[in-house]
Parts: sequence; structure tokens; C-alpha cells
Amino acid sequence: MYEQIIDFLSLSDPNVRTVVLGSILLTSSSAIIGAFTFLRKKALVGDAVAHSVLPGICLAFMIGGAKDPLILIPGAFLAGWLSMILIDKITLHSRIKEDTAIGMVLSVTFGLGILMLTFIQHSGNANQSGLDHFLFGKAAAMLGSDVIIFSAIALLMVLTVSFLFKEFALVCFDREYASSMGLPVKRLDFLMTSLTVLAVVIGIQAVGVVLMAAMLITPAAAARFWTDNLKLMIIMAAVIGAVSGFTGALVSYLYPSMPTGPWIVVVASVFAFISFFFAPKKGILQYMIKQRRIRLMINEENIIKAGYHIGEDRKDFTSSMTATDLIRRRPMPESKLKGHLAKLTRQGYFRKHSQGWELTNAGYKKGSRLVRIHRLWELYLTEYLNIASDHVHEDAETIEHFITPELEKQLEQTLNYPSEDPHQSKIPYE
Amino acid sequence: MNAFWIITTGSLVAITCSLLGCYLILRKMAMIGDAISHAVLPGIVIAFLYTGQRDSMVMLFAAALTGVFTTLLIELIHKKGKLQTDASIGVTFTLLFAIGIIMISVFAGQVDLDQDCVLYGEIAYVPFDVWLLDSGINLGPRAIWVLGGVLLIIIAFISLGYKPLYATTFDPGFAFTIGISIPLWHYLLMSLVSITTVASFEIVGAILVIAFLVVPPATAYLLTDDFKKMLMISSGIGILTAGSGYYLAVALNGSIAGAMAVMAGIFFTLAFFFSPSHGLLFKKLRKKRALLQGHEEGATTI
Repeated sequence: MYEQIIDFLSLSDPNVRTVVLGSILLTSSSAIIGAFTFLRKKALVGDAVAHSVLPGICLAFMIGGAKDPLILIPGAFLAGWLSMILIDKITLHSRIKEDTAIGMVLSVTFGLGILMLTFIQHSGNANQSGLDHFLFGKAAAMLGSDVIIFSAIALLMVLTVSFLFKEFALVCFDREYASSMGLPVKRLDFLMTSLTVLAVVIGIQAVGVVLMAAMLITPAAAARFWTDNLKLMIIMAAVIGAVSGFTGALVSYLYPSMPTGPWIVVVASVFAFISFFFAPKKGILQYMIKQRRIRLMINEENIIKAGYHIGEDRKDFTSSMTATDLIRRRPMPESKLKGHLAKLTRQGYFRKHSQGWELTNAGYKKGSRLVRIHRLWELYLTEYLNIASDHVHEDAETIEHFITPELEKQLEQTLNYPSEDPHQSKIPYE
Repeated sequence: MNAFWIITTGSLVAITCSLLGCYLILRKMAMIGDAISHAVLPGIVIAFLYTGQRDSMVMLFAAALTGVFTTLLIELIHKKGKLQTDASIGVTFTLLFAIGIIMISVFAGQVDLDQDCVLYGEIAYVPFDVWLLDSGINLGPRAIWVLGGVLLIIIAFISLGYKPLYATTFDPGFAFTIGISIPLWHYLLMSLVSITTVASFEIVGAILVIAFLVVPPATAYLLTDDFKKMLMISSGIGILTAGSGYYLAVALNGSIAGAMAVMAGIFFTLAFFFSPSHGLLFKKLRKKRALLQGHEEGATTI
């Protein structure tokens, strides 16, 4: 087992070289084209196209009588295009929604493919063995001559993308702008769709029709979580595609009976799910941490504000307050409040006494700023947006934590430094 | 007799899937159904390894869990990760299906499933897998009992929950105001889709499950505007599909599940063109007649 892996990694066997090179080219070029499929939100259409390629392959085989890629590729290409047109026509001419149309085309064409495949298998044609490798993919089944053809197509696709990169990107992101610039949007659409179908057609050798959609979108989806730069995203997708393709080839070499498609998809998906959860900035974990931090900040600011309100009531901002006083203004469990207070004391907003806490100068300033923003905002809503004064408190409760000093200045100037809010409470200034 | 059992099994799957499918396509969740029918595979294999048998309550339960887990995962990536819906669905179910296929290959000796069976099932063997009581009484194919049971569950679910299901499907806003829990009915529906998928999976394969979930309801949707009638019509079309599909498969000596999917497609095509209310042909004719009438009226006024 260990020796086999070394054998494989050294690439000394020309067969291994062929299969590795072929797999990497197939999966990385699919991932590159797939990035555009992903951006155009056509992931599930890609799934339907992939499934519908099967009857095309079977029909081409029945006509040509051999598993020659030069016969199978045109058959698969036509079938893939046809399924795309079918989805469009069904949604255009009936009240069937797109998702239903995709599901129908996917299942019926694949059923047709299975029917034809079993028909061919039962018909006793000796050439047919291996046709079912197109279901789940088999990288090792590629011959040297196949690899040359597939590689040529893959290179052609990558070259097209690099020449028309700007045009494709524009059409994906802003069709109207693209057409106002005089770009032939319809023809570019046609070209992109053809490339998608072509990517499916050559990718299925390694991945198989059932899971081919993953090869188009999973690498792109993973890359999307790391960058906003399209070029970088496509390069990352291609690398993820290449690594998955390489793994597929390795598995196919070590376990000849194992289909390669599922392994390729699992490797690409591991990249994707790690990105979804752990990517800095966009990952789910980062999102949750950020949310928690904001919730914490809001809670702490609310406690400072409660302290300020107590001072306002007593007309003495240096008086000391107990936990009960604070909880009466801002209900929360006592243990939670004490935790927050300990932190706020460390940060210098509160001072601890034997009888309780008192606001420090910094705490007083922060509290008065929050209350100021709150009351300014209430006034702004009633005066400029004509909202009833008993409806503005909730909104101000949220916004007070997010107004920047610049916005605060602007509010003050717009309202001309008012002295009272809509509820006749004084607006505190420094 | 074999033909009878196969067609009956196919019809049971068809009715069960079509009934749920009516809700799925109207809630624009056809592809979620597709995703679930793929994603339950690892659940099936794990339950198989754990219990060592096919039809068990554990299996149905594991399936329902995997199905709900799949929808939760899709929603998590979509809502918290801000990944677009189509990609969230596509990435999630392909991964789970791929894991299932790998598990089948790795545990080939312990699991009585193979790749072909996963895709297009073993409906041809249904008549031979009979339920024999200890006393030797032959109760007929086991699949009939399993699928019949699931169908009864679905019918009970739809008739007991008809109103909340109807409200959450057609007018979620209204459902919310009268106090119906939208997530509750959403996840109940998803669990039932999962259970149905699993019960049908080994018999007809993933492909026919999707075909029956989507195609007969879509066909019925082109034939009627009344939801109750849509449920009836799609079940009827499901039965027709199962019967005609079987004979097509026999005639071509090919996969029965594949042939049934093709027949479902043919019935849809017929409705697409020739439905009296929503067919392309009659819509065109009506348009033409309206145009002609317009011309005539125009001629008389001039």
C-alpha cells in the first residue's frame, strides 16, 4: 500500500502520468468554467445538464458502435444543450417554475439514459463494457489517446476564458451595463453556456454524470469565501479542482474497482466546507463571533446607560448604585450583570465601592454620549420622518450603539443643537 | 403475477411521491426534494451497518434525521454563510451522496446495496422478496407492505394537516397571522419526504423518486387549478406512469425505473401541449381566436 503510493507519487509509470495529467486537466478546467456557472447562479441547471448528457452518450454509442471520444463528445454536447433549451422552453411557455423544470428535465433525461444504457447492456454488444463508468467516473479508464483529446478541449476552454475574461465577468455581474457598452451579450451567453456544457462533457470521464455538478460549483463556492477578486477566485477554484482530480487519480490507481467521482467530490467538498465555516471575514464561525461581540458591546453600553439614567434621576452622577438599582433599569440576571460590571470596572467605566458601583468620569462621558445620540435620533425621526413620538424609542435603542462621531455631529447640526427630545427629556451635551 | 406486483409497487411509490410532490413544486422546493433524495444515502448505509437489515424502523428514523439534517445544513450555509441558494443545495447534497457511494464501495461486503441499485433500484426483484410468516403463510412481497404503510402515513398526514399545509403553502403570511407555525410544517414535510425517499430508494432508486416527486405533480398542475383535484390527478398519472413504464421496459428489455421516468416525461409533454386549460396548443388557439375576433370587431366599427 505504502509502496504503491510512492510508486504513484513518483509518476514513473507512463500510465500513471497519463491518468494524473488527464484528471487534473479535466477537473481544473471544469472548475474554471464552473466559476462562471456559479456566478450566474446556474448550479442546479448544471446538475440537470450533467444528468442529461447520459442519453446523448448512449445514443452516440448506438449510432457509432464504439466508445470513441470523437463520437461520444458531440452526442453528449448536443444532449446537454438540448436539456438547457428544454428547461428554458418549459418555463417560458407554461406556468411551471424553473426549479420544477430543472427537476423534471434532470430526472426524465437521466431515466432515458438509464433505459438506453440497460438496453445496450442487454443487447450483447461487446464494446459496451465500461460505458457505465460514465455514471460515477473512472479516471483510470482514460487511455493515452483520450487524454490528448480531452486535454486539447480543456486547453481550448481555458484559453477562451482568458481571452474573454473581462467580457464574461461583465456579463455575469451586470448584464445591462455590458449591453450598454455594446458587448454582444446574447452571443457571450451562448458561448458561456456552450463552455459549461463542454466542461460537463469532458469532466464526466473522471467524475461521472451523477456528481458532475459538484465539480462545476463546489471549487468556485469554496474560493468565493476567501476573496472578492474574480481572477484570484478562479485561480483558487482551479487549484482546488486540480487537487481533487489528483486525489481521484490516486484512488483509482490504488483501488481499481472504486469509482473516482465520489472521491473527487468529497475532496473538493472538504475544501468547500472548511471555507464555509472557517474562512476569515466570510466564514460562518467568524460571522457568529462578530455577532456575539456586537451583542456583548450592546449589553455593556446598556449598563453604562442605565448608570447614567440613575444619575440623571438622582441629579447626582457620582452617587453609588447597587446591582438591584441597575437591574431595575435594565432587567437581566444578577450574575450576568456582575460579570459585565467586573469587565466595565477593569476598563475604567465604573468604580467599585463597598456599597456598590459608581460611574467614573469616562463612564459618565460614554453614558451621556449614548443618551445624547438616543434622544437626538428620536427627535430626528419625529421631525424629519414624521413618526409618532411614542414609536421612536425602539429604533433609537438599536441605532445608539452604531452612530459614528461624524454622524453624531451631522445630527446635531441638522437639528440645530436642540435642548429637549420629543418626550421633553433634556439632551445632554459635553 | 410478477407484472402485477411490480406495477403495484411502482404505483405505491408513484402515489406517495406525487402527493408530497404537489406541495414541493408549489412551495418552489422541487430541488430540495431532489437534494434530500440524494442526501439520505449515507443515513441508509449507516442504518444498514447498524441493524444489518433493510426494512426497519431504525432505517426510516435515520432517514428522516438525515433529511432534516440536510435541510438544516443547506439553510445554515445559505443564511449564515450567505452562499446563494442554488449553490448551497448543490454543494451539500453532492457531498452527502458522494459519501454514501464511497461507504457502499468500502463496506461492499456488509451492505446489500450497490451503485446501480442506488441509482435505479431493484424493482424487478420485488416479487421474489416475499414476507413469509413463521407458520408458512405467504403475505406477498415485503415492499408492498412497507410502501403501503408509508402511503398510509402520508395520507393521514395530508388529511389531518390539510388546512395548515394548505395555508403555509399558498399564503405563509396569512398562516403566520392565524398562529400556524411555518417552520413546524416545513420540517414535518421535509421529514416525510425523507421517509418516502428511503422507503422507495432501494426499490426504485434515486432517479425514479425524483421523477415521481416532480413530474406527475407538474403534469397535474397544467391540468387543473383546484388543489384537491391536483392531488388526485397527480396520483392517477403516477399509476398510469408506473403501468405503462413497466410495459415499455419489458418491450425494450431495459431498466424499469428508467422506463417509468421516461413515461412520466411523455405524460408531461402531452399535458404541456394538449392540456385544455394550460396547454400550449389551446393557449395559441385561444390567442388566435381572440385576435381574429378583435379584427372582426375592428372591421365592423370602421
